[in-house]
Amino acid sequence: MSEIAALIVDDSSVMRKIVERALRQAGLPLGKVHEASSGVEALDVLKSERVQLILSDINMPMMDGLEFLRQLRSQALASEVPVVMITTESSEEHVKEAIIAGAQGYIRKPFTAEQVKDRVLPLLNLT
Amino acid sequence: MASPAREQLQESVYTLHLDDAVDEVFRLMMGSPCLPSDGNVTSDTETITAVIGLAGAMSGACTLRCGLNTALRMAECMVGVRPTELDAMVKDAIGEVCNMVAGGWKGKHAAFASGCMLSTPAVVTGTNYQLHMQQQEFRIDRTYHFEEYALSISIICESIQ
Repeated sequence: MSEIAALIVDDSSVMRKIVERALRQAGLPLGKVHEASSGVEALDVLKSERVQLILSDINMPMMDGLEFLRQLRSQALASEVPVVMITTESSEEHVKEAIIAGAQGYIRKPFTAEQVKDRVLPLLNLT
Repeated sequence: MASPAREQLQESVYTLHLDDAVDEVFRLMMGSPCLPSDGNVTSDTETITAVIGLAGAMSGACTLRCGLNTALRMAECMVGVRPTELDAMVKDAIGEVCNMVAGGWKGKHAAFASGCMLSTPAVVTGTNYQLHMQQQEFRIDRTYHFEEYALSISIICESIQ
């Protein structure tokens, strides 16, 4: 099984660590993990790095996760890469907005490694 | 206009939902229950307060206040490494806990779930500060314990639209 390079976007460095740990606990063959603290930084990372999975928070300064997603999907930049939103915003409206913007999955904070596994692995055909 | 009994009932529902949201965050992110307790949070060390602003259907704030040892333990539970001082990582962890509690609490109320936005966290150290609100619709102040550590969480509602 080849390794999966991932991009974790969250303004909290603690949360980025927790998400990475959850991905490893979920049994994902994780390769290089790139980090960004905003949508702007994430778009910048994607100019030079290839990833197979993106996990992004929504509430972030500078550029929030939904705007990042819209820009990602409108550019040739990693437009086919699955994106899972991980956020405290969990209303139906927020989920709908994220799906319309191009997210393939949605995980509500707080979360378990099991929830990460259930949402992420099918997107990578690893179930 | 709501009767005082109805207002009291609504506030007790808000309180129960806060207790549930706090316990869920601690169980899932720190592997430990966090339950309501009597008394105040007193600390002979530095006090740390995280603040999340709420805006939209409800305006106000959610605050989490604790002493240094509690903050260090919470950060340790989240990242798996014991910090030795109140560094950026500890402040970040406390802010995230407050963020998840605020999000969990508002998510339990249909009127606030999608119509109320959360700010990014602000973290204050020390006790010499005041959180000023124009007016106050209601306020919930709760003290909790996880392991042997205490913390207090408040929801301060300035207005409901």
